[in-house]
Amino acid sequence: MLLRVLVRAGVLLASLAVSSVVVFGFLAALPGDPARVALGVNATEESVATLRTEFGLDRPLRTQYVDWVGGMLTGDPGRSYVSKAEIGPQLADRMQVTLWLVAAATVIAVLIALPAGTLMAVRHGKLSGLVLAGLSQLGVAVPAFLAGILLITLFAVRLRWLPSGGWTPPVEDPVMFLRQLTLPALALGLVQGAVLTRYVRSAVIDVLREDYLRTARAKGLTPERALWRHGLRNAMVPVVTVLGLQLATLLIGAVVVERVFVVPGMGKLLLDAVANRDLLLVQAVVMVLVVAVLVVNFVVDLLYTVLDPRLRHG
Amino acid sequence: MVDRPLRGPATVVDHRDVARRRVNPSLVAGTLLVALVVAVALVSFVWTPYAPSRVDPSSRLLDLSAEHLLGTDKFGRDVASQIMVGARTTIFVGVIAVGVAAVFGVPLGVLAAMGPRWLGQLVMRTSDLVLAFPALLLAIMFGAVYGASTLTAMIAIGIATIPSFARITRAATLQVLSREYVLAARVAGRRRLAIALRHVLPNVSSLVIVQVSVSFAIAVLAEAALSFLGLGTPLTTPSWGRMLQESQELLSVAPRLAVVPGIAIAIAVLGFNLLGDGLRDRYDPKLERAS
Repeated sequence: MLLRVLVRAGVLLASLAVSSVVVFGFLAALPGDPARVALGVNATEESVATLRTEFGLDRPLRTQYVDWVGGMLTGDPGRSYVSKAEIGPQLADRMQVTLWLVAAATVIAVLIALPAGTLMAVRHGKLSGLVLAGLSQLGVAVPAFLAGILLITLFAVRLRWLPSGGWTPPVEDPVMFLRQLTLPALALGLVQGAVLTRYVRSAVIDVLREDYLRTARAKGLTPERALWRHGLRNAMVPVVTVLGLQLATLLIGAVVVERVFVVPGMGKLLLDAVANRDLLLVQAVVMVLVVAVLVVNFVVDLLYTVLDPRLRHG
Repeated sequence: MVDRPLRGPATVVDHRDVARRRVNPSLVAGTLLVALVVAVALVSFVWTPYAPSRVDPSSRLLDLSAEHLLGTDKFGRDVASQIMVGARTTIFVGVIAVGVAAVFGVPLGVLAAMGPRWLGQLVMRTSDLVLAFPALLLAIMFGAVYGASTLTAMIAIGIATIPSFARITRAATLQVLSREYVLAARVAGRRRLAIALRHVLPNVSSLVIVQVSVSFAIAVLAEAALSFLGLGTPLTTPSWGRMLQESQELLSVAPRLAVVPGIAIAIAVLGFNLLGDGLRDRYDPKLERAS
């Protein structure tokens, strides 16, 4: 068990190191230099040179890289080339917003997928199961931003029940916070829920065919009780894995959904940075997102071991 | 003729004959939907009701009518024509992106399975790493550096999809390599390359085809998202994602402008997903549940 954790942690560290080189290398190796990109084609040679010196862009790449990684690790990724604002506080602020959104979407996805997937498995081959299967197939085909636009059309424009976007921190006005969170979280959560439903379904079908479930039923338990008492925990192992992998998808999906609902999260920060050609900011946001994906995958992997004792000694 | 009996079935698991006898609803529905999208894209090359980018101020925001089947947008452009040309964009981006992924992913997968152990490890660890960069993030990075275009979108989606091809091909190749006919071929003195070409590739092809269909659905979604963000096709090329983006400011006036490209995207994704599911059932009924 411990060995497994250590090996996994080693792989995580190596991946983090390599991906930091990739992100830095990619954005540092761009045609032209970042200062010129940030200032635009009309900037004078002097102002470009000043910016280069100001941000240390004239130093060797290796020094810049070490500096950047050090900065990221200590929570101080420096100042933006364009707005000259400190990047660290912006990242922290925006990450909070995105995490709220992703957390709410995950809850919605799980609340949909567990009952729907289990029902689909139990009703496997019957009409109600087929209808649910069709619905989930349709849900998978609708991208989150499209779901968002449709939700806005229905609930904000037609019914006027909820605001079409914006963001209020929960400490400021909890009611407004929830009202504004609902639609973007639904847009993200519905789609992920549809994807997750399919995995829950196949996991539960697998469990239904296990011998121990037949034994439980032979003891006189109804199918529902047998599934509840013996099956669901086993079915959860693959589901947790998918859920974890989906967290990464959700994080990226949030980038697009934030644009739809004008939510000031990581996605908005990233897209604005791209639009302003603010490469250091792009670099920082991308790195944070990649770290998040890698760390989530690592945690899922550990959780997997905890949930399935058979893997502990593997 | 000598090695004829050595050739295995065309799939890793040989259940084709059983599966072929029953009609597979996913396969039929998927084929029809995909055929619809492809047909619309092809027809758009020779005919659209109007020139897709023809601006006509006198017919702005018209509702559905006989003249404009799906109405017009805020510039008076015909929505049906734009949807048709948008189908072309969708298919084009999908073909190139999935093509890039398969052309690199499949050989890498075979290499990872048949090559030396360290090479296999290298390929697999690298693909783990690439998985940490989802298509959208890669495309945004490419966009930030090279400026967003259809090309950066296609390449980003393609690169992000290579790992799934590499993994599937590797797993299938390992399975094929354990077959008796491969052993027989080895004993008969066939070289590795010959085994890869004669036995491995034909036998993993069905799984690769399934992956092509599923990846196509993902590519369609990614392309739509990128165009929606303004990081995909240029303004001059109609695309479903950007039609959605343009519709957003007009939701209270003309929700139809969002619904129409939305349905187009859903049809394309649903089609490729169903086709993938159907092909999987047909090639390997044992995997039917694992969709």
